[in-house]
Amino acid sequence: MLHFAYLMPLLPLAGFVVLATRGRRLGDPLAGWIGTLSVTGSFVAASVTYAAMLQRPAGARREVVQGWFNWIGVGGFQVKAALLVDPLSVTMVLFVTSVSALIHLYSIGYMRGDADYPKFFAYMNLFVTSMLLLVLGDNLLLTFVGWEGVGVCSYWLVSFWFERDTAASAGQKAFLYNRLADVGFLVAIFLVFSKTGTLDYLGVFSHLHAITPGTRTAIVLLLFAAACGKSAQIPLFPWLADAMEGPTPVSALIHAATMVTAGVYLMCRISPLLALSHPAQIVVGSVGAVTAFVAALIGCAQQDIKKVLAYSTVSQLGYMFLAVGTGAYEAAIFLMVAHAFFKGLLFLGAGSVIHGLHDEQDLKRMGNLRRYMKLSFFTFAIGWLAIAGIPPLSGFWAKGDILTNAFARYPVLWAIGLLTAALTAYYMSRLMALAFFGDERWREVLARPAGGAEGAGGMVPHEAPWVMAIPLVVLSVLAFFGGVLSLPWHPAWDPLQWLGPVFGSNLYSPVQSVGTKWALAIVDAVVALAGLGVALPLWVRRSEWPALEPPALRRALYLDDVYDAVLGRPAEAFARFTAVVVDNKVIDGAVNGAGRVVRVAGGALRRIQTGFVRQYALGIVLGAVVLLAWMASRALS
Amino acid sequence: MSLSGNWYLALSAVLFAIGAFGLLVRRNVLVMFMCVELMLNAVNLTFVTFARMLNDIGGQALVFFILVVAAAEVVVGLGIVVAIFRRRAGEGTTADDLHIMRG
Repeated sequence: MLHFAYLMPLLPLAGFVVLATRGRRLGDPLAGWIGTLSVTGSFVAASVTYAAMLQRPAGARREVVQGWFNWIGVGGFQVKAALLVDPLSVTMVLFVTSVSALIHLYSIGYMRGDADYPKFFAYMNLFVTSMLLLVLGDNLLLTFVGWEGVGVCSYWLVSFWFERDTAASAGQKAFLYNRLADVGFLVAIFLVFSKTGTLDYLGVFSHLHAITPGTRTAIVLLLFAAACGKSAQIPLFPWLADAMEGPTPVSALIHAATMVTAGVYLMCRISPLLALSHPAQIVVGSVGAVTAFVAALIGCAQQDIKKVLAYSTVSQLGYMFLAVGTGAYEAAIFLMVAHAFFKGLLFLGAGSVIHGLHDEQDLKRMGNLRRYMKLSFFTFAIGWLAIAGIPPLSGFWAKGDILTNAFARYPVLWAIGLLTAALTAYYMSRLMALAFFGDERWREVLARPAGGAEGAGGMVPHEAPWVMAIPLVVLSVLAFFGGVLSLPWHPAWDPLQWLGPVFGSNLYSPVQSVGTKWALAIVDAVVALAGLGVALPLWVRRSEWPALEPPALRRALYLDDVYDAVLGRPAEAFARFTAVVVDNKVIDGAVNGAGRVVRVAGGALRRIQTGFVRQYALGIVLGAVVLLAWMASRALS
Repeated sequence: MSLSGNWYLALSAVLFAIGAFGLLVRRNVLVMFMCVELMLNAVNLTFVTFARMLNDIGGQALVFFILVVAAAEVVVGLGIVVAIFRRRAGEGTTADDLHIMRG
C-alpha cells in the first residue's frame, strides 16, 4: 500500500489547483469543504501508509524511497523528485494532515462571509502541500522547495487582510526574517553537494566520512540558522508574534501543524550529521533552552491573547530544540505532536473567543467568559492544563521526556527548562484567568456598534457554530490523551520501537534509575502546579498588576527596536542616500550630462553647415587632394 | 597605330580637372551640373583605359553601372534644376542664392 504515498502531497495540491482556478465559482461554503476534503484525503492516505508500514518489520524495511521522476540532471548533479517514506516522515505527515484538516474545518465557520473566502482555502491547501513536500522530500533540494513554499504561503496568509497596514507589514516581516535565514539553508546545500556530490539524505548519510568535522559543524549550524528563522528561535523570533495579524486559523496552522515545526523536523532529519558534531549540539541545545526561557518571560506580560500563545509557541519550540541538542530526537518529535494538538486547540479556542467577542483580542477586555462560552471554556481549559504540564495530560509527558534527557546530559539546560516550565504554567494560567475568570470587562466592547444587525448594546458573547466546535472537541481529546497513548502499553505500540530505527545509535538514551525518573516527573508536576497556584489567585482577583508586566517584557525585550536601530534605520538612511544623492545626482547627472554634451557639440558643429554648395564641393575636392597626396607619398617612398 | 594608355589617362585627368574647376568657379546651377557630368565621364574613361591596360573586364563592367547612375542622376538633377528656374525666377537662381539649408 506504500504506492499511494504520493497521494499525500498531491491531494492538497489538487485542492489548491481546483480552488485557485474555480474557487470564485464554487463560492462560500463549498470552496471551504473542498479545501477540507482534500486535506482529509491526504490524512487518509497517510493513515493507509502508516498501517502498511506497521506491517513491515522494523528497521531498514520501513524506509522506502518512492521515486517520481528525474528532476534535475546536469552532469554529476542528479536530483530526483522522490519521497522518503519512513517512520519519521510518516509521523510528521500524520499529525500535519490531521491537525490541518481540523483547522480547515474550523475555518469554514471562522472565515464565513469573508470576501476572499475561496482564496483563503486555496492558500491553506498550498500551505499544507508545501509542508508535506518539505517533510516527505527525499533530498535537501526538494525539502528546500517545500521550505520556500511554506514561507511564501505564510506571507500570503499572514497578510491575508492586507488592507490593514499592520497585516501587510507583518507578512513582509515574516517573509524577510525567513529569507534571511534561508540563506543558511542554501549555503548548506552547496556545502553538502561540494563535499559529497549528492543531495539525497540517504546518500549524504552514507558519505559522512568524506566530510571533515569542521565542515560538518558548519553544515549543521547553517541548517540550524535556517531552522532558527522558520522555527522562530533567538534571535529571529519577532516575526512569529507579528504573524498574529493573520486570521486565527492561519495562526493555528502556522503554529500547530506547519511551518514552525519545519525547523525541528529538519534538525531531526539530519540527525546522523548532527550526532557527529558535538559543538553544534551544544549550540542547538543552548539556543533552544534560552529561547524557551526568554519567550516564556515575554509571554508573561503580553496583553493580546494571540500574542501570549505566539510566545508560548516560541517557548515550546525552544524545548524541542533543547531536546534535539540533547540528542533526544524522539522526545522532540513527541513534544512536536503533542504541541500540535494542544496549540492547535488553544489557537482555535482563542479564535472562538475572538469570534464571540467581535474581534476583540485584548485580554484586559475579557473576563468571566466561562459563564457564556461553556464549550470553549472546557476545551480551552484542557489545552491550558496540557501545555502547563499537569499530569496526566499530553504536555506533562512530552515535556517530562525532554527534561529527563536534559537532566542526564546538560544539567544547566535542564534547570533553565524547569524554570521555563514554571513560567509556562504561570503565563497560561494568567491567560486563562484573564479570559475566562474574574470580572466581566467586555461590556463596552460589545456595546459599541460592531457592524452587525445585532450590534446594539447589552448583548453577550456567543458560542461558535458547530463546524468550529467539532475541531475543538477532537483536538481537546487528542491533547488530553495524546501523552498517555505514548506510554509503552504494548510492544507494537511503543514509540521507541516505531521512531527509534530512524535515529539508531544517534539517539541519546540516558541510564537513569527508576527512582530518578519518578523524582524528575514529580518535580515537573510540582513546578507546573506551583505556576498554576501562583497565577490563578493573582489574576482572577485583579486584571492589573503593573509590577508584573514591566514594559521591557511587554515590548518583547525591545528586540524590535534593536533591529530597527541596527538594521532598519541604517538601511533606510542608505536607501534615502541612494534616492537623493545617487539617483538625483549620479544617474540623472549622467543622463542629463549626455544630453548637454550632445547639445553643445551640435551647436558648435552647425556653423560648418553654411548652405553654400560650392563650399561643400571645395571641401570634397580638398579632401580628395589630400588623400591623393598621401597615397602618392606612400607609393613613392 | 595605337596610342599608349597613358595618353588616355592624361586626357581623363584633364577632363576631370576641368570639371572640378568648373564646379568650383561657376555659379550657374545648370553649368555646375554639366561639370559633374564631365567628371563622371572622365572617370568612365579612366575605367575603360585601365580595363584595357590590365586586361580586366571589371573596369568596363563598372562603367555600365556609372552610366546607369549618371542617367538616373540626370533625370533627378535636371528636374530639380528646372524646378529651381521655374520657382525662383525673380529672386536669383545661382548656387550661392540657394542656401536655405544653412545650419
